[in-house]
Amino acid sequence: MGHRFPEPSMPESTTDVIPGTLDLLILKTLSLQPLHGFGIARRVEQVSRGVFKVNPGSLLTALQRLERAGWVDAEWRQTENARRARYYSLTRAGRKQLDAEAADWMRRSGAVLRLLKSEE
Amino acid sequence: MSLWREAAHGLRVLLRRHTADSDLNEEVEDYLARSAADLKSRGYDTGDAHRAARAQDGNSLYITEHVRSAGWENRADTLITDLRVAGRRLRRDVGFTVVSVLTLALGIGASTAIFSALDPILLRPLPYPAADRVVMVSDVDNAGGPLDVTYGNFVELRARVRAFDKLAVSNAWQPTVTGASEPQRLVGQAVSAQYFDVLGVHPVVGRSFVAADDQPNGPREVILSDGLWRRRFGADRSIVGRAVTLDGLPYVVLGIMPPSFDNVLVPDAEIWSPLQYETSFGPDSREWGHHLKMVGRLRPGATRQTAAREILRVAHTPVAEFARVPWSQMKQGLTVHSLQDDVVGPVRPALLAVAGGVLLLLLMVMVNVTNLLLARGAQRRGELAMRAALGAGRMRIVRQLLTETVMLALIGGAFGLLVAEAGVHALVALSPAGVPRLSAVGLDGRAFAFAIGVSTLVGLVVGLVPALQGARGDLRASLHESTRRAVGGHQGARRALVVTEMALSLMLLTCAGLLLRSVHTVFAVPPGFDPTNVLTMQIQTAGPRLADDSTRAHYFENVLDAVRQLPGVQDAAFTSLLPLAGGMDSYGVHLVGSQSANDTQDGAATRYAVTADYLRLMRIPLLRGRLLDRGDATGQPVAAVVSETFAKELSASNPIGQRFQFGPASASESVVVGVVGNVKQQSLLSTDMNAVYLLDTRWAWLDRALWLVIRTSGNPSALSAPVKNAIWAIDRNQPIVHLSTMQDLVTRSESDRRFALIIFEAFAIAALALAAVGIYGVLSGGVTERMRELGVRSALGASGGEILRLILGQGMMLSCIGVVLGLVGASFASRALASLLFGVSRLDPVTYAGGVALLLVIAAAACWFPARRAARVDPAITLRSD
Repeated sequence: MGHRFPEPSMPESTTDVIPGTLDLLILKTLSLQPLHGFGIARRVEQVSRGVFKVNPGSLLTALQRLERAGWVDAEWRQTENARRARYYSLTRAGRKQLDAEAADWMRRSGAVLRLLKSEE
Repeated sequence: MSLWREAAHGLRVLLRRHTADSDLNEEVEDYLARSAADLKSRGYDTGDAHRAARAQDGNSLYITEHVRSAGWENRADTLITDLRVAGRRLRRDVGFTVVSVLTLALGIGASTAIFSALDPILLRPLPYPAADRVVMVSDVDNAGGPLDVTYGNFVELRARVRAFDKLAVSNAWQPTVTGASEPQRLVGQAVSAQYFDVLGVHPVVGRSFVAADDQPNGPREVILSDGLWRRRFGADRSIVGRAVTLDGLPYVVLGIMPPSFDNVLVPDAEIWSPLQYETSFGPDSREWGHHLKMVGRLRPGATRQTAAREILRVAHTPVAEFARVPWSQMKQGLTVHSLQDDVVGPVRPALLAVAGGVLLLLLMVMVNVTNLLLARGAQRRGELAMRAALGAGRMRIVRQLLTETVMLALIGGAFGLLVAEAGVHALVALSPAGVPRLSAVGLDGRAFAFAIGVSTLVGLVVGLVPALQGARGDLRASLHESTRRAVGGHQGARRALVVTEMALSLMLLTCAGLLLRSVHTVFAVPPGFDPTNVLTMQIQTAGPRLADDSTRAHYFENVLDAVRQLPGVQDAAFTSLLPLAGGMDSYGVHLVGSQSANDTQDGAATRYAVTADYLRLMRIPLLRGRLLDRGDATGQPVAAVVSETFAKELSASNPIGQRFQFGPASASESVVVGVVGNVKQQSLLSTDMNAVYLLDTRWAWLDRALWLVIRTSGNPSALSAPVKNAIWAIDRNQPIVHLSTMQDLVTRSESDRRFALIIFEAFAIAALALAAVGIYGVLSGGVTERMRELGVRSALGASGGEILRLILGQGMMLSCIGVVLGLVGASFASRALASLLFGVSRLDPVTYAGGVALLLVIAAAACWFPARRAARVDPAITLRSD
């Protein structure tokens, strides 16, 4: 890609999502309730207390990929002011995938944490 | 991940691009609106919120593109766009497209046709299970050439050699089928029990032969080919187990072979019966005649070499159980060839040469199309520069151009399939006698795959040079200059291509020339007889009515008398074996009363059982003694005329009066009464061989099939109908086959060389035309680009003649460079032809000079037109127009 978005002037210091975890974050977010794209981005940002920032290009691309993999479903819903929004929800296969990915992440991050702590 | 879902989504996007795009836009807009609203809710005012949202999220166009480029359909979409653009360009340039497509169709079509002929014959194994284990076993004659085997040797080898899993012999068998419809002579084989086991193919209905079928005086049984079963017996399965009438006798049908069965030993055989030779036989029986073809299936683990060694060992350790005769001792062992080599070997050189020729033609076509593309590339420099200026990457431009040429080549390939279809028909019609597996030659899946593969490859190759040239260099400069005046480096490339074309076409021309001279030389070889005004045909007596020798002799005499009565007939005679008509008939020779107690003097000779007038009619020259006459019908020993070669072998000083035993031991002794010149039996190039001529009634049996030869006073073909009618007036049921003039037989005997020659001639003509078009195109383009310069020259006082010479000189310069390279190329290419050449060196200076002269004349003619146009340039008009 090579392209850099202009740095937003946000008050806190934010980082891009850790490579490879975006799918996991999306699946986890959708496991609570169906949401539209911005809702997912906002929620990831809020829950991570602004540490993670999701840019819409990557997010929508990831959603398209997850939809094609059969892990999320998408549907258009009428929202306020006669606008339409595309809502994503987790499928049964998606839930399984979430469990697998979450377990995997726990295992790996746990290992990293143990390593870091053993230094002290 | 589900591939299906992935594909379905992508396809939906592709098919409904518009909806998909507007959905995506809407989603992105919705995202950005919510983002702005969110910022606003956190205290930004409306304008700032939107600006901040854009700053934070990026611009909507960018996001949309980012999402779009992720799916595979996006890449396919680019391809579709490329194809659409390519199609538009090809449609716009109709002239260019038509010429290129036709040229490509020629090249791809010709190579596909040749490929589909080569594929089943040379590339694919024979259609038998474990075909590499099927071998042909031949005896060796005194000259080292192949000789048919005897049944006696077969019986011994079958019992004693372990290397063969199965072993079988076969003999020609041509029964006449009679019954409800008109009598018809069939081509068939009498085979020993394991014949079909050796090939590994068995009847689909009914059963194969077993040992019990192949017994002396065994049951009369046949196996039918699928074709015969359908044609003659209406594809009726219940025919199996019932009797059919052959030669007036009932034969029980045992089985029907599968339609796919390809009997490469005798491709047109349609019916098989058990051989049923004797189990115990004396030295004078047919079982000791060299007339059988032997095939074997090697045991797993055995090789041709081990089999040959084992045969030699068996040959050198005779056992009492298998007594041998002097002429069938296997002293030199037997040769063991793979069946594939044996059937394909004779035509391999011609086919490989043709393959080489088509490769040259294909190269030529590619060079020509590249040249056309370069010429067009010059006109497109402006367009490409514009694309580059608008942001098209270099790879993108190369891809676009390659898409165009591949598309062009595939269209060419599609038309090429039509050419190939016609070509395959022509190849089959032209194919030399004895080409195996012809039935398998055709445009099948492999040929289609080949055509598509070649087309794609050709498309990529021809596109590469122009594409790289188009994408290279200073496009901005091209954008600035007016395309009409652009004189670029592409002229250099085009000149190089023209030189290549000249070289390639000289190579093809030279090869065609060498073949032409070879064919001429071959036909100048005297066949040993006079073939002009001779009509020939074979009469195959059939049915029990003529089973008896004396009845048959009477019938043959009646035929001769009837034919001699016809106006236009000078003379008529019979022979058991006709030169150049295919077939051999050799028997062992044993010298009588010779000082040699050992049998080093023994050999084999070809038997011609003839009527008294045969030698005179064929104008075979008498060298010593006398010819046969009617008086030789009686008397002892049997009068024989021998060939010059055999006479030398019999006696160095005077062969006349030499006695010898010929054929069955029970036959009377023969004595040489005359010596005649050698006759070419197999082909014009075959070595001279031992031949014995004796009256047909003096052989141990009277042949059932004899060749009728008729010397006519006029055109022999005109007599075929009257002769046939005269013969049928005697007996309507006797089939007459192989009707031909002797001259045609001579021509046909050299069909493989002629086959290669005709194809090379066609290729050479096509190559000449392509070369002429190529050099014309380059010079013509050059003149157009140099119009201004030529105008200036002319204004400065250059005469029309000088300009003419300038352009002509340039063209001839290119041609001469091409000629030099072509000569080098031809000296290498001709090596591939070596085995097809006869009486002419592959570096024959006359042929090379002729090729060069022809090419230069054509090139000069092609250069003449642009040169004349250049000479007529009006300086005023040219200069003003700029």
